[in-house]
Amino acid sequence: MTQAQRHGQGAGRLVRLSELERPHVGFCLDGTDCEALAGDTVLTAVLSVRTSVRRSEFGPENRAGFCLMGACQDCWIWQEDGTRLRACSTHLVEGMRLTTTEPEGWLR
Amino acid sequence: MVAVRPNAVRVVIVGAGPAGIRAAQTLVAAGVKPVVIDEGARAGGQIYRRPPPAFKRRAEALYGSEASKAVDLHAVFDGMVASGTIDYLPATSVLSHAENVLHALTPAGRREIGYDRLIIATGATDRVAPVPGWQAPGVYSLGAAQIALKAQGVALGRSIVLAGSGPLLTFVAYQLLEAGAGVVAVLDTSGLRNQLAGLFGMLSRPRLVLRGLAMRARLGKLYHAGVTITGIDTDSTGPVAIRWCDAGGKARETACDMVALGWHLRAETQLAALAGCRFDYDADWLQWLPRADRMGRAGGNLYLAGDGLRILGADGAEIAGRLAACACLSDMDLPAPDSAGDLRRLARCERFARAMARAFPWPAQMVRQLPDETVVCRCEGVTAAGLREGAALGGTEVNRVKSLARVGMGRCQGRFCQLAAAEIIAADAAIDPAEAGRLRDQAPVRPLPIGAWIRDA
Repeated sequence: MTQAQRHGQGAGRLVRLSELERPHVGFCLDGTDCEALAGDTVLTAVLSVRTSVRRSEFGPENRAGFCLMGACQDCWIWQEDGTRLRACSTHLVEGMRLTTTEPEGWLR
Repeated sequence: MVAVRPNAVRVVIVGAGPAGIRAAQTLVAAGVKPVVIDEGARAGGQIYRRPPPAFKRRAEALYGSEASKAVDLHAVFDGMVASGTIDYLPATSVLSHAENVLHALTPAGRREIGYDRLIIATGATDRVAPVPGWQAPGVYSLGAAQIALKAQGVALGRSIVLAGSGPLLTFVAYQLLEAGAGVVAVLDTSGLRNQLAGLFGMLSRPRLVLRGLAMRARLGKLYHAGVTITGIDTDSTGPVAIRWCDAGGKARETACDMVALGWHLRAETQLAALAGCRFDYDADWLQWLPRADRMGRAGGNLYLAGDGLRILGADGAEIAGRLAACACLSDMDLPAPDSAGDLRRLARCERFARAMARAFPWPAQMVRQLPDETVVCRCEGVTAAGLREGAALGGTEVNRVKSLARVGMGRCQGRFCQLAAAEIIAADAAIDPAEAGRLRDQAPVRPLPIGAWIRDA
């Protein structure tokens, strides 16, 4: 992964337009080490390296959030420990371990 | 009469947007110390949402012409927090309500908050119409595109199409262009003739009209009026193109990797409903809105303010917040500032907002004609066909259709599908959407992780 990809200018869905002078924050997504910036929401961090945060339970498509204000509940993402976070309203914390698929042993 | 000591009465405000902040300020000025509960990590609401502390853009870059209003609201709120004149519960969601107690989820767990008087200022979300393909990742609400830019400094795609109608459409497009985002088309379902017809009413606030026209001019050839959106073509990663018909009926296609949809706003009314509010169908905003007097009194010890009551925008919300607090104070026999000026200003905001709602209407015809396979409920993938079957089987009452077709039963609890669902049901039965009734609200109004709920804060 190149420096640009790690910071979301290539691999992910979103484009960072400003506020690039922030400290880096490390997190783990689907077993891979990734980097985002301090102040990123979990949604921003994940979409800077991926195009979605989860699979839909009711359709074939993936999901990447919709309203970004905590109302639509589209952006819930799994953590490795089996708990879930609403990605748009949760700030990224160093060392978070996130997965875009449900952890093994969990029913969908 | 026994004088009421201001702090003998517990006033709780839900929401710290422009309405909640002004309500709190008005109460504090009268010596009352309210509890302010807000879902946001920092006060400001959606339109005056603040980025996290590490961000450096100036208010002018974030809020444009409204920067001074944003700065003032934030300063007023921060001042009240610093001086201890309010009890502030940030990052806290009110989930339910019973017998003068709010059940809230705080970052530390569950908390019950009792009150003597309650001011609900929960704002609004985007009013969204389903479009074939809108369930794909990379389709967002217009508000989401704005929040991403304002609070995170990001664009949600490289080739962005904004589609819908209303002031936010032009505003978000303008903000994205100014920030250097790749906007490839702005598709307005309202035709120019319709917009002109609403202009007369909007002249009650001429400066806003001029500002809107200037932003529209900046969009140039990206902007198209009077379009019909046919669908979003997608691959596994998201949108690849949007299909639409121009005002002349010619089929067009625009390549893109992100689509943002929005037709004005839809009031957030769940808590008001759980608190016992009555509702009326509003013929301009084409949605159910809570019943309250001009001051925001909704009966008993309940007051409403801001876009969750009447969709007047941020300026109207500030006024409504002050009015609700004044009503609350005078109902407690405490001295309240004179409200005559605010009532006049509120009326002017309402004339403007109603004209705006008519100039940039909900796309009823487009929704009524949605193909059967279109997903109407994004949460659970309920299609227009499923909805139509439910209505054919059980009748047109929306709550019955919900129990049969599950539309409105998903995690968003109908916030983003209920207006379209009522429209589709009404079209098939040849009735007015109001006659299909109003979806009942259920607690908890947000999904509740059970592990968090069993922890007492």
